[in-house]
Amino acid sequence: MDKFTTLTGIAAPMPLVNIDTDMIIPKQFLKTIQRSGLGKNLFDEMRFTPEGKEIPDFVLNQPAYRNAEIIVAGDNFGCGSSREHAPWALLDFGVRCVISTSFADIFFNNCFKNGILPVVLPQEAVDHLMDDARKGANARMTVDLDSQTVTASDGTTFAFEVDQFKKHCLMNGLDDIGLTLEKVSAIDTYEAKNATLRPWA
Amino acid sequence: MTAPRTLYDKIWDDHVVHQAEDGTCLLYIDRHLVHEVTSPQAFEGLRMTGRKVRAPEKTIAVPDHNVPTTKGRENPDQMPEESRIQVAALDKNAKDFGINYYPVSDIRQGIVHIVGPEQGWTLPGMTVVCGDSHTATHGAFGSLAHGIGTSEVEHVLATQTLIQRKGKNMKVEITGSLRPGVTAKDITLSVIGETGTAGGTGYVIEYCGQAIRELSMEGRMTVCNMAIEGGARAGLIAPDEKTFAYVMGRPHAPKGAKWEAALAYWKTLYTDEGAHFDKVVTIKGEDIAPVVTWGTSPEDVLPITGVVPAAESFTGGKVEAAQRSLDYMGLQPGQKLTDIQIDTVFIGSCTNGRIEDLRAAAAILKGKKIKVKRAMVVPGSGLVRAQAEEEGLAQIFIDAGMEWRLAGCSMCLAMNPDQLAPGERCAATSNRNFEGRQGRGGRTHLMSPAMAAAAAITGHLTDVRELMGEEV
Repeated sequence: MDKFTTLTGIAAPMPLVNIDTDMIIPKQFLKTIQRSGLGKNLFDEMRFTPEGKEIPDFVLNQPAYRNAEIIVAGDNFGCGSSREHAPWALLDFGVRCVISTSFADIFFNNCFKNGILPVVLPQEAVDHLMDDARKGANARMTVDLDSQTVTASDGTTFAFEVDQFKKHCLMNGLDDIGLTLEKVSAIDTYEAKNATLRPWA
Repeated sequence: MTAPRTLYDKIWDDHVVHQAEDGTCLLYIDRHLVHEVTSPQAFEGLRMTGRKVRAPEKTIAVPDHNVPTTKGRENPDQMPEESRIQVAALDKNAKDFGINYYPVSDIRQGIVHIVGPEQGWTLPGMTVVCGDSHTATHGAFGSLAHGIGTSEVEHVLATQTLIQRKGKNMKVEITGSLRPGVTAKDITLSVIGETGTAGGTGYVIEYCGQAIRELSMEGRMTVCNMAIEGGARAGLIAPDEKTFAYVMGRPHAPKGAKWEAALAYWKTLYTDEGAHFDKVVTIKGEDIAPVVTWGTSPEDVLPITGVVPAAESFTGGKVEAAQRSLDYMGLQPGQKLTDIQIDTVFIGSCTNGRIEDLRAAAAILKGKKIKVKRAMVVPGSGLVRAQAEEEGLAQIFIDAGMEWRLAGCSMCLAMNPDQLAPGERCAATSNRNFEGRQGRGGRTHLMSPAMAAAAAITGHLTDVRELMGEEV
């Protein structure tokens, strides 16, 4: 997993609430057995006509946002299906950070496993950043994980909270499984105890 | 004296392997269910790092999302190339890593969340995970069950644990009894209508109250199944005599002395008097009507007696979302829900693909003919299918003019050939009405099996109580 420390980039405004993972990556693209290559299908049915032509109004098709690395989104981003193909598609497109008032739990967790930072901020802050993102390609936003801040193009800075363990893993690009396997003796002990306490499990 | 604990607290406490100073826990996983769509990359990860599956005996795999539901599907040529590769990958991974497996050709094959309970893998007090958001279904047994992403699938395969922080406790109480024609699906949709799709985010829901107690295990699975649509990762129900009776004698349920020990433990799985809930929602069972969804979010729920709302009746970001939904669904504000014409009916899914669901639909359809263009009944497992045939339900569906299919996820997410065409309007017993969910441009109305059966007969959204001779 790539480290996430600081990111300065173009932010695309997506004010729609309840953007679900079916929208982010429709099911016909879940048949892959790889993690890579999904960026071209990110938001497929919002981004392309059934014939595969670009829909010009869609934000990521607009010249200003074709290289967006941040999305500022409406409430409850990433709801629905647990498909990790959603963060894989975002990452493959080049998005490393999503900012919203709220995220669905499973999507939120999946982001951290893939080097994507989901930032939760209050409504007023998201409103401000949404307006900032609407300014287009010249309005670059900076997300700094170490100081836990987002700075808009006008210099306004918002502080955000993040789980310290998740922050540590993200800043260092750590593999969860490797970390857990360091505690393998605790798992062995638990299993031995469980064999007596709950032998049916 | 320990402080009073909720059911969730108790299950959590019994599965903590390690707790860090910041509260991050390593949680032991008792059952890991696996399907073909969200697992290939996880197994590939194990191969690349030379890791093994830590507890293959606690890992159960079944292909369900991609599989065709038409006869002759054992022949791989029936599947599109990409689907075939994904199912073949699961075949190989199950064999290579030595995990329990129900291939397409096995009569026990079916939707992972139907197979788990049916085979007795899911037991009260367990932690159950799967790379699928509807894992919440298993909470009906008083187990802590939730969906995970593929990276977490790999983590559980390698370590039999998950890195977790404890969620908050939410109680959803349904008091009193349901009225005739009202089902578990109406409960779970009504709760989401009340709390919204993010109302449960960060919480584990415990469903309780008389109306929940009165539900069968099948009904309880329907309620818990859609906890995720309310934003909660997991929903659960304290086990009781109905739970124990359902579990007893199933192939992987404990037997003999182990059964007795398990039963004694299971009887301790309830929320203590005075335990703290961070959020409480109470709904009167008698106030719940048969409901349908009108929009493209599961929170867009209304009683069937209602009318399509105007976007302006909402506030904030929901105004734009509601307008987008109305445009997508091709509906006009003020239109009576019962005036909405239906093209297709889909009965099945992990929400409503169990035997009780098929019985409820068959009771309405018996001796009738469908008026919709097509209707599909997809049992949740090969065993549900066999039982429905034995009970004569299958013949009722066939006589009505419906397609009687083989088990799988089918049109719920339309990864297999069962899809809606653009503009095609479907009365569905599944769980998501998202844009494009059942096929690009497809229009989904969610409802109970009885309501879907009623729509099949009349050709439009219908109050099932009218067909039952009940007063509304």
